[in-house]
Amino acid sequence: MAKALSRPRRTQVVGDTPMELSVNGRPYKLYLDARVTLLDALRDHMGLTGTKKGCDQGACGACTVHVNGRRVLSCLTLAAQCDDQEVTTIEGLAGAEGPHPLQESFVRHDGFQCGFCTPGQIMSAVALIQEGRAGSDDDVREYMSGNLCRCGAYANIVAAIREVASADGASAGRTSADGASAGSASAARAPRGGTDASL
Amino acid sequence: MLPFDYARATDVDEAVNLLAADTNASYLAGGTTQLDLMKDGVLAPERLVDITRLPMRGITRDDDGLHVAALTTMEELAADSTVVEDFPLVRQALLLGASTQLRNMATIGGNLLQRARCRYFRDPGVAECNKREPGSGCAAVADSARMHAILGVSERCVALHASDLAVALVALDAVVHLQGMSGRRSVPLTQFYREARTSPDVENVLVHGELITGVTIPFLPATATSGYLKVRDRASYEFALASAAVALVTQDGTIGQARVALGGVGSKPWRSLEAEQVLTDAPANEETFREAAAAAVQGAWTLPGTAFKVELAQRTLVRALRNISGVAQ
Repeated sequence: MAKALSRPRRTQVVGDTPMELSVNGRPYKLYLDARVTLLDALRDHMGLTGTKKGCDQGACGACTVHVNGRRVLSCLTLAAQCDDQEVTTIEGLAGAEGPHPLQESFVRHDGFQCGFCTPGQIMSAVALIQEGRAGSDDDVREYMSGNLCRCGAYANIVAAIREVASADGASAGRTSADGASAGSASAARAPRGGTDASL
Repeated sequence: MLPFDYARATDVDEAVNLLAADTNASYLAGGTTQLDLMKDGVLAPERLVDITRLPMRGITRDDDGLHVAALTTMEELAADSTVVEDFPLVRQALLLGASTQLRNMATIGGNLLQRARCRYFRDPGVAECNKREPGSGCAAVADSARMHAILGVSERCVALHASDLAVALVALDAVVHLQGMSGRRSVPLTQFYREARTSPDVENVLVHGELITGVTIPFLPATATSGYLKVRDRASYEFALASAAVALVTQDGTIGQARVALGGVGSKPWRSLEAEQVLTDAPANEETFREAAAAAVQGAWTLPGTAFKVELAQRTLVRALRNISGVAQ
């Protein structure tokens, strides 16, 4: 089962299904039970507890992460399916220069109350802006609808996202109402399948 | 979730062989239904064959229409330039379904095979479910829950087929391509599904191990107008109470061709040839639309909780037809 590869930084053996994942640019080699979801692998086997387990059935969005640059629900993804894939979590957003602009904006706009949904909200919002769908408040509401906030901080979440989207692409706030066609926002649209290395 | 073996297939033949050799094995693609139901204890395969690395991704077009490989995600199909330009019906149905995260995961093949959202089906603690346990009864019928179907159902099962995309695709005469141990075949989507009325536990014509490899969506006539209208309890991220996929070719105020399918009301995506018959060769006006809507819900079987859908489905269809024909109310 052992492959002749450069030794990954972290190895954990608790099951017989092998997988090698890159999480926030760091390689992990894991042997887990096949049932382990990406969410549980991150939290229980990689120590990355920023990603939250809300409903654990694909309804609330709290577990949103990026796989190969696309936002997905880690609770309905098997860790084994992410073998050889690039995963980005909330822990991977901040750079050497400080928090990600969306993290700062959520703080500035008070975009949370209890904070439990916040990592998922921010991961979803980063992707939303890359998809070019943050051009209006209505678009933000529509394309963020998979992230529930039971405290009801929605108004401030929308404001936080809109501020970053407007700063990110000068035209992001003035594109058409059709969010998906608003890809003209300069830095807003990341190439499909790209990674989040630039975040 | 009960333990299972995980295997990753590298080509279609290998995947089909793995499934065919094991009656307790299931395919795993986007996982949004499969893993959800395994967590709930509704499904308990002993082996999952991960097909996400198979070379079945991408979209091409030719004179026959759009060819969509089965592992293409909902988001990928919605963003396709041909879909944006020529298939507004498909794009609208896709983007009105689920959330972006789920659409990034869910594949087109998996979307067509999604299981009922019936909460009794999804709760193994409920003993009576003909879909889970043939012959055990139907707990939903004894309740007054509202998120159930009214067409293609009976006291045996009232489970709804909740896909929006499938409603658009039956309206467009899409064809699904299958590969199994006995070879390949293609089936019109209108003949792919079975009704809960007659077979609650068998939802489609697939035999064990058969894999959806792709879908062909024929073009509508260039002069057709089309659209998908979805009515639901919330503004976004909710299943339909009623929806309508419609297309019309109209000349000088007379309807030449019509396509009508309803969602949110059927145990399968509900193509209504009855409504189309009323519309064809009739004047494009409110009266015709109402007559077509009445024809579409003929034979509805309702419970106290679902009776409202008879009226709601008709209003949804009339409004959808109004929207694409420019007929004022």
